Amino acid sequence: MSYDHLTALESEAIHIIREAVAESERPVLLFSGGKDSAVVLRLAVKAFWPARLPFPVMHVDTGHNFDEVISFRDRTIEQLEAQLIVASVQEAIDQGRVVEETGPRASRNRLQTESLLTAIDKHRFDMVFGGARRDEEKARAKERVFSFRDEFGQWDPKNQRPEVWSAYNARIRVGEHIRCFPISNWTEMDIWQYIEVENIELPSVYFSHTRRVFERDGMLMAESPYLQATNEEEVAEAVVRFRTVGDMTCTGAFESRASSVSEIIAEVAATRITERGASRADDRTAEAAMEDRKKEGYF
Amino acid sequence: MELVRIATTGSVDDGKSTLIGRLLYDTKQIFEDQLEAVEDASKRRGTDYVDLALLTDGLRAEREQGITIDVAYRYFATPRRKFILADTPGHIQYTRNMVTGSSTANIALILVDARNGVLEQTRRHSFLASLLGVPHLVLCVNKMDLVDWSQEQYESVVEDFRDFARRLDIHDLRFVPVSALEGDNIVDRSTNMDWYHGPTVLDLLEDIHIGSDHNMIDVRFPVQYVVRPHRRDFPDYRGYAGKVAGGLMKPGDEVMVLPSGFTSSIKSIDTFDGELTEAGPPTSVVLTLEDDIDVSRGDMICRPHNQPRSSQDIDAMICWMSDQSALQPGRKYSIKHTTRWGRAMIKDLQYRLDINTLHRDSSASQLSLNEIGRVTLRTTTPFFFDSYRRNRETGSFVLVDEANNNTLAAGLITGEAA
Repeated sequence: MSYDHLTALESEAIHIIREAVAESERPVLLFSGGKDSAVVLRLAVKAFWPARLPFPVMHVDTGHNFDEVISFRDRTIEQLEAQLIVASVQEAIDQGRVVEETGPRASRNRLQTESLLTAIDKHRFDMVFGGARRDEEKARAKERVFSFRDEFGQWDPKNQRPEVWSAYNARIRVGEHIRCFPISNWTEMDIWQYIEVENIELPSVYFSHTRRVFERDGMLMAESPYLQATNEEEVAEAVVRFRTVGDMTCTGAFESRASSVSEIIAEVAATRITERGASRADDRTAEAAMEDRKKEGYF
Repeated sequence: MELVRIATTGSVDDGKSTLIGRLLYDTKQIFEDQLEAVEDASKRRGTDYVDLALLTDGLRAEREQGITIDVAYRYFATPRRKFILADTPGHIQYTRNMVTGSSTANIALILVDARNGVLEQTRRHSFLASLLGVPHLVLCVNKMDLVDWSQEQYESVVEDFRDFARRLDIHDLRFVPVSALEGDNIVDRSTNMDWYHGPTVLDLLEDIHIGSDHNMIDVRFPVQYVVRPHRRDFPDYRGYAGKVAGGLMKPGDEVMVLPSGFTSSIKSIDTFDGELTEAGPPTSVVLTLEDDIDVSRGDMICRPHNQPRSSQDIDAMICWMSDQSALQPGRKYSIKHTTRWGRAMIKDLQYRLDINTLHRDSSASQLSLNEIGRVTLRTTTPFFFDSYRRNRETGSFVLVDEANNNTLAAGLITGEAA
């Protein structure tokens, strides 16, 4: 198979990233350690080569991450000699800025918004890169590449700036910012093919491994200090991998023997379930779950 | 796999959602959980059929009101091509949305109902596709099942449309008789219309040659960003990053930088993955030049003997996209053309165009939301442009509100104002 489409998508993304940096004062790249943000990071490195990355990288850390993802994050940042900023949800809880959910389904997913907006405010970031794709969720399918946020960090889906040709408008007033999504037009398959041709390293949890899990809502949740099985839920060992990587409390695994990128590509080609439908508890709460979170300032 | 961008338009009555649903479903891009969610939602709403529009209507307000408010992007692929489909609503805000969806499209897919033939909205949609310079237009004559698969009916619709299209600037026009509901000639060939021997819709989407959709003649390189590494391993490196907007560039080529007029030659075309021997649109690269001359963001690199127009007076068609204000002569706006910003004053509104009749109203005093007109602009600084017909990148701009920074309008340059 030829990969002309990846060359075209890469050129588009690099153009977007350069435009965003040229038109802003204080850009930052959100990096979760997941595959999409790993691809955006690679594209950003390519966009400015041979110069180093001209902005810091920020991780919104719920404190409930996979160890493998945190060590991958630290390794990647060190290799790039980039600056890492960690916006900590634990810190927000300790300072009483947010209140932690309780019960067996408690998750810090939604609390991330507060930490993100506080960090944007504190560092006066005016351009925030994210790895969201339009194919992953229907509210995201409607979002601009340069997505305007008001002084409260809110997204107003009914009042978006028209985006014609590749004429991106990053102009804002003080206190407002732009979320920039360079891989808006990429699909899950494009991401995996790019990871393969670019040989991009990923956290090991994306590949088949043995783990203690229990079933909840049709997903296999990893047993961890942050998420306990109830008495009715039975914990057992299984050979699994994760299709998306977020917080441990809301990311589900599924049984898979795919242990290489090419095996994952074959698996993605055959699957009949979307990635967020298969693995994200955070999108299952309501038909408009993502839209509601995005309006509050979520990525 | 080649990347192809498609814009579709039409209203619910034309069967557009059904056609897109077909394309996605028959190319296996709709997932089981998406289909289940749509089936559930359709049942809850009490509709008789599975409403595929619910797949694309992503916003709460859209689902509540049962209308599509905004352009939705859909993605599908065949072994040969990857498609980005901009699905634009045919009724509400159609001009603003169609302009957005068509601005980057290679192919416009327009639907007509075989029973009704060419209607006002067909003409409107086709005009907008032609104005936005979409290189290929495919007219799907839909609901052939409701006219007994009649060849005569199909040919009369085709003839009517050809008649109308002569007034437009359409280079490549194709027709397909289809039934989106039954799936005839969408992905699979129809067994009901043995008189039709042409390609199916998907055949066309896969086969239409898009390689020459870009301008490969006039070298245009708007400088986006100056790369200066300040690294020990690249002590004196100075590169000009940008996306090639036209023409083919090679190392050794003599080039000119505007507005300075300085000339030099291309030393190298750099990328992270190594040097290139040539670069054409729409590739993102970094250029280095043989001479140390002053180049910054907003400058345009071209060939000395093939320069864009350089002027502060511009004639353009404007599509007004804001409901908060209207375009009026005398008003000032920010303008962004390629990577260059400036200010523009509207010197004259020559006429407002009725996009249904193509009638020019020269008594118009303003352009409101979704209206199109021809204007003359005066800018604070010279811009380096081509006509939109010649180059969609260097022939387009946007107008931005100086107070709240909203994007107000899309502009298509017709030429230098007299």
